[in-house]
Amino acid sequence: MSAFLTYLITGLALGCSFALVASGFVAIHRVTGVVNFAQGTFAVVAGLMAGSLLGRGLPHGLAEILAILLAGAVGLVVGVIAIGKRGTPPLASLVITLGLGILAYAVEIIIWGDQPISFQMVPGSVDIAGAPILRQYLVVIAVALVTFAGLGLFFGRSYLGKALTACASNPYAARLAGINVMRMGLLAFALGGLLGGLAGVLVTPLQPVAFDSDVALATNGFAAAIFGGLNRPGLALVGGLVLGVAEAFVAGYLSGSYQTEVALALMLAIMIWRASRRVSVAEEPA
Amino acid sequence: MLEVTDLVVRYGRATALDGVSLELAPGEMVALVGPNGAGKSTLVDTLSGIVAPAAGRVVLRGRLAQVPEGRQLFAELSVADNLALGAWRSGRGRAGRDPARVFEVLPDLRPLAGRLAGTLSGGEQQMVAVGRALMADPDILAVDELSLGLAPRVVADLARHLRELNAERDTTVLLIEQNARLAFDLCRRAYVLESGRITASGPCVQLAESPQVARAYFGGTTEGAGDPVPGGARDP
Ligand SMILES: Nc1ncnc2c1ncn2[C@@H]1O[C@H](COP(=O)(O)OP(=O)(O)O)[C@@H](O)[C@H]1O
Ligand SMILES: [Mg+2]
Repeated sequence: MSAFLTYLITGLALGCSFALVASGFVAIHRVTGVVNFAQGTFAVVAGLMAGSLLGRGLPHGLAEILAILLAGAVGLVVGVIAIGKRGTPPLASLVITLGLGILAYAVEIIIWGDQPISFQMVPGSVDIAGAPILRQYLVVIAVALVTFAGLGLFFGRSYLGKALTACASNPYAARLAGINVMRMGLLAFALGGLLGGLAGVLVTPLQPVAFDSDVALATNGFAAAIFGGLNRPGLALVGGLVLGVAEAFVAGYLSGSYQTEVALALMLAIMIWRASRRVSVAEEPA
Repeated sequence: MLEVTDLVVRYGRATALDGVSLELAPGEMVALVGPNGAGKSTLVDTLSGIVAPAAGRVVLRGRLAQVPEGRQLFAELSVADNLALGAWRSGRGRAGRDPARVFEVLPDLRPLAGRLAGTLSGGEQQMVAVGRALMADPDILAVDELSLGLAPRVVADLARHLRELNAERDTTVLLIEQNARLAFDLCRRAYVLESGRITASGPCVQLAESPQVARAYFGGTTEGAGDPVPGGARDP
């Protein structure tokens, strides 16, 4: 029973970290229609930066915030390159982000080397119903929930959030209304950078991060984001949680060596099931 | 109010507008008719400032808002949000986003406020598109293809609203239509745009009698033969 609870909470925390990466995908895709394959890079940059700032004696809090802001700035730069030229098709932007993610490897190795970096944020563990749970997991869960509540309010309630949504919904009409679609897209990339950075800073204490950790982070984050069609933060959170819990149980009860594969297969099955249900609804006579 | 002089617009090598000049006086309701591909939408997009002219001059006194061809609503957002975003440019904060003044003109929108724009009928969507443009408090309203794809009764209803806006609120209206009979019925004056050039202009009564216009837009006769007359809505 206590093993079950440990796996469950570990899985939820893992899922929350996937969901945070996913939220960056969603923020960018929802506004620009671009699938940003540099999303994992934002997390890696923030993780590495936080690690080296803490190594230099900066206090907790400040180091993490600076690292997240750096990721936001990197997001903005990626945005400028990917969508800064008007009329760039989303597919071309996608390829640009893919290229930038690979280019980032070189920069990261020059600055931080090629060894994994980790640091402690909230050390120790607590007992929950007899199951020892790392405090860091609880931090991840709490931050993710607050972030998603904030994102939901931002996109669903605020005027700026609606203008951002309008940009992807109908860019032509958005421009007619006087919305600066390009600026909104850049804002979305910066937001995506911040969210990716937040994920990176929270994950690094749990699993050391190196320059090439972006693939694993982005794969899981993307799978979670796809669950909500890359547009719905709430569903991305659900997707992340399903994925995280599945991975934790596979790792706990079966084997850690193919937890990601099993979880992704599960995700695929869910998506196919959902797609087939949608078709059958559409086929019903109106 | 609006003065366009020798406007030239190109898409790459293709010339969409080739020396177009037209004029709108305050409070006027003017029609712009012409076949598909004539450059009508290009002209309004240029007036809206989202297409850049290659040559020529546009002098605009006041604010222009466009009801774009095909409605172009934000399908995933509610009607209320679509309306609110129409006020984006006005920069007057929360008060500017209040749709109450548009509900006064288009009361049918009020019960739709909570619906997703993408789930509405074509006529309802067109009304939202008009309402969204009105949220910008325009001095000139440019309506691109009001009747496109809509049932005659719905068109008549929308036309009545436009006429009211023009008569009671003094909003200048530029009405773009392929249905010349509807346009001529609503407006006193019209321009005919063909292949990027103004080929005829003047009072609608005269234009309708010109053999060239009559042949192109009224199938050879100048007498109305069945198209609905706006204002006198009747069932199809
Ligand atoms: N974005 C565009 N890129 C290239 N050509 C365009 C574009 N928009 C319109 N055109 C061309 O310009 C001409 C005028 O089009 P348009 O202004 O839409 O005409 P209308 O509204 O009168 O049907 C057409 O030949 C059309 O193919
Ligand atoms: Mg057109």
